[in-house]
Amino acid sequence: MEIFRTKTNIDFIGKKNYALIFSGILVLVTIFSLVIHKGLRYGVDFSGGILIQVKFSQPVTASQIKESIQPINLPNCVVQGFEEKGQNEFLIQSSRMDIDIEKIQPLITQSLAKSFGEKNFEIRRVETVGPKVGKDLRKKGVMAVIFSWIIILIYVAFRFEFSFGLGGVVALVHDVIVTVGAFSITNKEIDLTIVAALLTIVGFSINDTIVIFDRVRENRRKSPGASLPVLINQSINETLSRTIITTGTVLLGVLALFFFGGGVIHNFAFAMLVGCISGTYSTLYIVSPVVIFWEEKFRGKKLKRR
Amino acid sequence: MVKNLTGRIIIVLIVTFAGLFYLLPSTSEKLPEWWKNKVDKIHLGLDLQGGMHLITEVQTDKALENILNQYVQTIEELLDENKIPFVEVKIHNDQTIGVELLDKAVEEKFMKVIKNNLPYLKYLRAEAGEDFYRAIFEVDKNEIRNIRDSAVKQALETIRNRIDQFGVTEPVIQRQGEDRILIQLPGIKEPERAKRLLRQTAMLEFKLVNEEGDLEEALNGRIPPDSEILYEEIVDRETGKVVERKPLLVKKRTLLTGDMLVDAQPQINSSQYNQPYVSIKFNAKGAKIFKTITTNNVGKRLAIVLDNVVKSAPVIREPIPGGRAQIEGNFTLAEAKDLAIVLRAGSLPAPIKILEERMVGPSLGKDSIEQGIRATIIGSLLVVAFMIFYYNWSGLIANVALILNLILIFGVLAAFEATLTLPGIAGIVLTIGMAVDANVLIFERMREELRAGKTPWAAIDAGYKKAFSAIFDSNLTTIATAAVLFQFGTGPIKGFGVTLCVGLLANFFTAVFVTRVIYDYLVIVKKVKTISI
Repeated sequence: MEIFRTKTNIDFIGKKNYALIFSGILVLVTIFSLVIHKGLRYGVDFSGGILIQVKFSQPVTASQIKESIQPINLPNCVVQGFEEKGQNEFLIQSSRMDIDIEKIQPLITQSLAKSFGEKNFEIRRVETVGPKVGKDLRKKGVMAVIFSWIIILIYVAFRFEFSFGLGGVVALVHDVIVTVGAFSITNKEIDLTIVAALLTIVGFSINDTIVIFDRVRENRRKSPGASLPVLINQSINETLSRTIITTGTVLLGVLALFFFGGGVIHNFAFAMLVGCISGTYSTLYIVSPVVIFWEEKFRGKKLKRR
Repeated sequence: MVKNLTGRIIIVLIVTFAGLFYLLPSTSEKLPEWWKNKVDKIHLGLDLQGGMHLITEVQTDKALENILNQYVQTIEELLDENKIPFVEVKIHNDQTIGVELLDKAVEEKFMKVIKNNLPYLKYLRAEAGEDFYRAIFEVDKNEIRNIRDSAVKQALETIRNRIDQFGVTEPVIQRQGEDRILIQLPGIKEPERAKRLLRQTAMLEFKLVNEEGDLEEALNGRIPPDSEILYEEIVDRETGKVVERKPLLVKKRTLLTGDMLVDAQPQINSSQYNQPYVSIKFNAKGAKIFKTITTNNVGKRLAIVLDNVVKSAPVIREPIPGGRAQIEGNFTLAEAKDLAIVLRAGSLPAPIKILEERMVGPSLGKDSIEQGIRATIIGSLLVVAFMIFYYNWSGLIANVALILNLILIFGVLAAFEATLTLPGIAGIVLTIGMAVDANVLIFERMREELRAGKTPWAAIDAGYKKAFSAIFDSNLTTIATAAVLFQFGTGPIKGFGVTLCVGLLANFFTAVFVTRVIYDYLVIVKKVKTISI
C-alpha cells in the first residue's frame, strides 16, 4: 500500500504567505489567551503549594469536599474531578507560594476524616512544593527549553548551514508557542511533565526538518545550479510520504497514551498531540520561508565568499 | 558485498540474548536462583512503586546561632574563672559578639584569655565611651563555613541513622548542594510518621529547676540572670492541639545532653496504669556527671527538656550512680517508640525544613503501572499493524527490529539499574512511534529506487546508504533533547530522558543494523528475488 504513488508536486513555498498569516494568527491567539488568563496556569511544580489526589469509596461531589476543608481557609483552593469516569477521585489543589506546606497536609487529612470518615477515603498522591523550589524549577524548565533550541541551532548550522539552523529553530519556537497556547486556551496546567513534553516536541519537530534538509543537501549536489526555493520544494515533496507516515506512527503512540495512559499522563499526552501536529505543520510551512528569507537577505555576502 | 554476514548474524544474536538475559528476571519468577541473583528486577520509580520523596533544607543559620550561644556561655565562664568583672556578653544582629567589661584596665588580661582559649574568635574593634568599654568579636569566616558544613554533614548522618531504625529498604539519602538533603523512601507505609521522625530536632537537655526563684516574679518579666522559663505542654489527644502550657523556672545551664546517651528503649510502667515511658542509659562520662548532679541535688527537681519543652521534672530522691534514667510524659506507646528512635539516632544539629514533598500511595503506583503497560501494548500493536499493512513483508522485518528495540530498552534499564518511571513508560511508547521512522526512511528510499528500475539488491543497498545520513542526524538531535531532559530534569522526568535516549540509541542498532542483516540473509542465503515492500 502506498499513499503517494506518483511524485507529488505540491507548491509548499508558494503558500508561504498563507502559512505565515496562519501562524501569525496562532501566535496572536496565544498571546491574547495569555493576557486574558493573566499568564499561564502553573501546576504545583512551578507555583508552589500543595496537590492532593484523593479517592473516595462512595460518590461525593466537589462541593462537599470544598465544604469539608473550608475551615482550613486554603488560599486559591481548587477542587476538581480526576479522570472523568465518575470514579470518585478528586484533586485538591492550592497553588500559592505562601502557604505552609508542612502544616497544611495533615490539616486537610483531618478535615476529610471528620467529614467523610477515616476509612472512606484514600490519599493516592501528594505533591507539595515550597516557594523556593517552585521558582527554581520554573527557571530550570525555561532554561532547558532555551538550551535545547541553542544546541539544535548549533548542530544543524554545523552539519548543514546557518540559515538551515535558523529556519529549524524558528519552527521549534513556533511549536512551543502553539503548544503553550493550546494549554492556555484550554486552561490546563503546566508542570514539569509538560516541559518534558515540550522538549520532546522540539526533538520530534527537528527530526522532520532534518530529513528535508538532508534531501536538499543531496539534491543540491545533483543539480548545483538550481535555485533554493525550487530545491526545497522538490525535497519536501520527495520526502512527503515519509513525513506523513512518521507523524502518523508517532501519533498512534501518542493516542495510545492519551486514551489509555491514565490520568497522571493525560496532560502530557495532550501536549504531545498538539506538538506533533504543530511540528509537522511547521516543518512543511515555516522552515523554508525562513531559510529562503535569510539566504536572500545575505546571499550577496555569501556569493562573494564563494 | 556479503560483508561478513555470518559475523553480523552472530552479533545480532549475542545482543538479543544479552538483552533477554537482563530483561527476563523482571518479568518471570520461575528462573533459576543464580540468574535472579545476578540480575535485579528493573528498579521502579517512586511513582510506580509508591513511596515518598522529600527535599529538605538544613537551617544552618540556627546551627550558627547555637554555636554563638555556646561561645557566649564559654566566654562568661572564662571571665568568671579569671575573675574579670564584666557587665554582659551579648550577640548582636550581625552575628558579632560584644563583651562589655566593667573597666578598661583589665583589657589586656581579657584579650589574652580570649586569645588563648577561643582561637576562632577574631577581634574586630572596641567601642569605648565615658563609662563603658565594649570589645566586639566575630567568628572567623572559615570557621563559620565549617560550622555550616558540619551541621549539614551531621544532619545527614542523623537522618541516615533514623531511617535505618525506621526500617525502609533501599532508601536514598543524598546531600544536594550546600544545605539541602534529598530523602527518598520507597514503599513507605506511614509517610506522616516518617516525616515526624525525620524533622524532630530531638535535642534532649537536663536542667535543674530553680527552686529558690520566684515563678510569679519571673512571669512578670523579672527573670534571674541564670535562669529561663520553659513550659510543659499538655496536648489534647483528639485535636493534637496544645491546650495548656505550664511554666517552670529552670536554670539556664545545660548539665547533660542527649548525645551522651548510649541507649534509649520504650517501656511500659506496669505499676502506673501501663503508662509508656522511655528508659535511657548514659555513657560513662554522662553517667559520672549524672551521679554528681543527683548526689549534690537530692530533694531538688531535675527538668528533662526535649526541644525546649519540659517533658517532666521529677524530684531527685537519691544519688543515681548507674547512669540510667526514665523520661515520662504522657506518651502513647507509639510516641515512646518514636522518641526512643530519635534519641538513639542522635539529635539534629539544626532544624530541617521540608521544601518539597511528593508522595505516591501504593495503589496509585500499581494503577499507573497497569495503565502504562496497557498504553505500551496498544501503541505497539497499532504501529506493528500499520507497518505490515503499509509495507507488507518489509513491514514485518521492521516489526522484528521494533520488538528487539523494546527488549534492548528494558535490558539496558535492568543492566544499568536505571529507574523506570511513569514518564519513562511514556518515553517507551514514544520511542516505538519514533523508532519506525528510521525504517520508514529506508523503505521510502527503497521504493524510490525500485520505481527507478533498480534491482532488489541495488535498491536495498541504495536505500540504506542514502537514508543513513538523515537517520543519523535526526536521531542525534532527538537524543540531544533527551539528554537535556536528563540533565535538567528531576526524578520522573529523568526517567523519561533515560528511556528516550536508550530507546533511540538502541534504535540505531535495531532499525539499521539488524534489519539490514535480515535483508542480506533473505537475499544472499534464501536467494529471495523480489522485495515485498
